[in-house]
Amino acid sequence: MSVVTKNTAPSTTPGKPLAQRINWVKLAPWLYTVGLFVLWELLVIVLQTPPTILPAPSRVFQAIAQYWSPIWKNSLQTLYTTTVGFAIAVVAGLAIGLFIGWSKAIYAGLYPLMIGFNAIPKVALVPILVIWFGIGAVPAILTAFLISFFPIVVNVATGLATIEPETEDVLRALGAKKLDIMLKVGIPRSMPYFFGSLKIAITLAFVGSVVSETVASNYGLGNMMSSAQSQFNVPLVFAGLLMLAVEGIAMYALMAWIEMRMTGWAHRSSMSH
Amino acid sequence: MPHLVSIDNVDMRYGGAAGTLAVSGLTMKVGKGEFAAVVGPSGCGKSTLMKLVTGLHIPQSGVVIVADKHVTKPVSIVGMAFQNPTMLPWRTTLDNILLPLEIVERHRHRLRANKREYVEKAEHLLETVGLKGFGSKFPWQLSGGMQQRANLCRALIHEPELLMLDEPFGALDAFTREELWCVIRDLHAAQGVTIILVTHDLREATFLADRIFVMSARPGKVLKEHTVPFARPRDLEVMYEKGFNDMVHELHGEIASARVVA
Repeated sequence: MSVVTKNTAPSTTPGKPLAQRINWVKLAPWLYTVGLFVLWELLVIVLQTPPTILPAPSRVFQAIAQYWSPIWKNSLQTLYTTTVGFAIAVVAGLAIGLFIGWSKAIYAGLYPLMIGFNAIPKVALVPILVIWFGIGAVPAILTAFLISFFPIVVNVATGLATIEPETEDVLRALGAKKLDIMLKVGIPRSMPYFFGSLKIAITLAFVGSVVSETVASNYGLGNMMSSAQSQFNVPLVFAGLLMLAVEGIAMYALMAWIEMRMTGWAHRSSMSH
Repeated sequence: MPHLVSIDNVDMRYGGAAGTLAVSGLTMKVGKGEFAAVVGPSGCGKSTLMKLVTGLHIPQSGVVIVADKHVTKPVSIVGMAFQNPTMLPWRTTLDNILLPLEIVERHRHRLRANKREYVEKAEHLLETVGLKGFGSKFPWQLSGGMQQRANLCRALIHEPELLMLDEPFGALDAFTREELWCVIRDLHAAQGVTIILVTHDLREATFLADRIFVMSARPGKVLKEHTVPFARPRDLEVMYEKGFNDMVHELHGEIASARVVA
C-alpha cells in the first residue's frame, strides 16, 4: 500500500529520479501492448511482407480510420449479439446450474449429457440454426449463448455440490429443508464460482457470435472480416480482429470488476483487516 | 433425574443390509442438565452417535428418545458444533450466529420483527465467550480459537436443550483449548444446558464431564460408564491432582484394551 500512496501523493521530493516515481506494475500492460505493436511493425519492415499477407500495425490503424463507419457499426452489432447471447447464457446457466446442483441424481443424470453437448463444435450447429431462424442476428445470439452457458452451469453446480457436510448437518439438525440449505448456504457459496465463470463465458460468447456472423449473417465483425477477406482487404480483416480484441478485453474487465464487487469476501487476502 | 436422551439397544448399519455395522446394541442415558462425554478408539461410531441423537440418522433397530419424543426426524432442540467451525465467510460473525434462528421453526417467523432482541442476545453470548465487539468482523478475520468460540455461540443461540459437541477443540493449540474448556464449563453452569461431548482427549472429558462413556471399537457400544467425582466448579488446577490423573490413566487403559480387542 505504501508504494501506491507515495506515487499518487504530489511529489514533494523533486530529487527523486523519475523512474522511481512511476508505478511500473500499473503501466506494464500498456508498455507490453505498445511493445507488441512495435515488434510487429519491425517484423513487417524487416521481412518486407506484403500487406495482403501480414499488414503492419500502422497499416491496420490506417484501415481503422479509413473504414471507421462500417467498423463502428459492425462492432456494435457484434457487441449486441454477444451480450444478448451472454445474458441469456447467464440466466439459463444459473438456472440449469442450480437445477443440476440440487440433487445428486439430477447431477449424475444430466452431467454426461452436458459434456456430450459441450463436445459438439458450435460452428456445426450454425447451419441448423439458420434452417430454423434464417440468417442474421438470431443464429449469432444463439451460438453465443450455446457456447458460453456451459462453464456457467458447471461452476454453479460445483459450488452447490461442494457444501461442507458439517454445515449441512448443523442446519438439517435444526430442521432445515433442502430449500433453506440452498438459499442460506448453497447459492451464496456458489456465487464466487458463478462470477468467476462469467469471465470465461464472455470471451467464449465472442467466439460464438463471430463464428456465426462469419458463416451466416450480413452484419457484424465476423461478416465484415469475411467479406474483406474475399476482397483481399487484409488490413481491414486485421482491423476487425483488433476491434474484437478491444471488445473482449473491455467485457472481461467489466466481468472481473463485477466479480470483485459482488464476492469480495472470496478474495479475502486482498482485503485489509 | 429425568432423562433427556435415552438410547436403547440401537443398531445402525450404513449402506444396506451388507454394509458396515457402525454401532450395535448401543445403550446410553443422559439426564437433563448433565454433561456427558463419550470417548473411545477411533472409528467407534462416535459420529454415528451424534447423528442418531440429532435425528440425522434413524437407526435400523432400537429406540432413540430425546426430550420424551421418539426420534424419527431431525430434532430441532439441539445445537451442534464440530471440529471444523464452518462459519459462512460471506456473513459477519453476528449474522453467522443468527443463522439457526432463520431455520428453527419457532424463531424464523419472529426474527424480522424482533431483530433487536435477538441481536442483543447474540451479543450477550459473544460477551460470554470473550468475543465482545467482534460481531461485525468476518469469520476469516478471526483466529481459529475465536472462530470456535463463535461456533459455540451459533450452537447456543436458539437456546437448545441439548448441545452436541463433536471434538470441537481438536484443532486448537493446548492453551486455547484450556481456555475454551473453561468457556464451555461456565456455559454449562450458567445455562443448565445438557451437553454431550464426543472427544479423543481424555483429560478434556475428565475435566468437563459428569459422566464418561467408554465405547468399544466398531461396532460401537458402551463398554463402561464412569461418574466423575470432582466437585464443581472445577478449576484447571484439578488436572494436576492425583485422582484426576488416576482417572485419565484408567480411561486410557480401557480404550487401549478396546483397541486390542478390535
